[in-house]
Amino acid sequence: MTGNIAILGYGLSAIGPGIGVGLIFAAYINGVARQPEARGMLQPIAFLGMAITEALAIFGIALAFVFRG
Amino acid sequence: MTMVVMAAEGYQPPGVEEFWQPLIGEGAWAITRPAIVLALSVGLISWWLLASTRHRAIVPSRGQMVTEGAYGLVRNGIARDIIGSRDFLRFVPLLFSMFVLILVNNLFGVIPPIQYPTMSRIGFPIMLALIVWIVFHVVGMQKHGFFGYWKSLVPSGLPKFMVPPIFVLELITDLFTRPVTLSLRLFGNMFAGHILLILFIAGGWELLTAGGILSVAGGVTWVMALVMTLFEILVEFLQAYVFTLLSALYIAGAVADEH
Repeated sequence: MTGNIAILGYGLSAIGPGIGVGLIFAAYINGVARQPEARGMLQPIAFLGMAITEALAIFGIALAFVFRG
Repeated sequence: MTMVVMAAEGYQPPGVEEFWQPLIGEGAWAITRPAIVLALSVGLISWWLLASTRHRAIVPSRGQMVTEGAYGLVRNGIARDIIGSRDFLRFVPLLFSMFVLILVNNLFGVIPPIQYPTMSRIGFPIMLALIVWIVFHVVGMQKHGFFGYWKSLVPSGLPKFMVPPIFVLELITDLFTRPVTLSLRLFGNMFAGHILLILFIAGGWELLTAGGILSVAGGVTWVMALVMTLFEILVEFLQAYVFTLLSALYIAGAVADEH
């Protein structure tokens, strides 16, 4: 078997952000379901949280290519 | 791109090499495909904005409605809600330009004759993030003064011994993490999305031509490629929105009053 361990590392680094983004949108959907008029207020917060959480996975993919070497 | 993959011996999974496409010249000063795409997008956006607002009317035409929708989203949905109604107006031109430029360049990633997301070359998002980085520091220093700005990084009301470590952390976030994540997020999403599309389309072609049961798998792969293209369009919209949103958020943090 050939390949690079960095790609495996990217897979591992995607687990955390995956769970995190899931939790954020679960909370967002919950919030909107309970109070539909709060959607406008919750939406930027949800996307902001997603962007920050997702950054870790993005670092992962960048580093996977950097260390592919 | 398919040609590149096919010309190689056997099947080569797509990599970073797919994105280096010099058209004129070579080396660091080559005019590359993304540079042409960016110039094209700037021309296209200028033409569209001028054409759709030349004959403004109270009952808008279809083109004016699209422009107004995008402008309204940035002005009311992002700038006013986040920066606050007092001083959001002077940042709307910056945010609107960022939003439209990123959106059009991202969408070029799936529009057939072009099919190259400019932001998948790290140089372009770095420049955009650098502009935002300079803007939020300069407006913060205008607002609080040079030393007041660095002082305003630390939230007031902290116990004395907590101030130095929090200041260092906030300094790292402010000077380093924010611009790096801002540019890497846009780059990473476009890069990964485009590589995924290459993988599905070129890999599907490889399977289709292999014959037998593998051809069926190739068909399924191309259906997946279509689904991923639709997903990619969603991501492209989302990344333009998120970049503008975060820029607005950083500017809002710089111009906010001390609590």
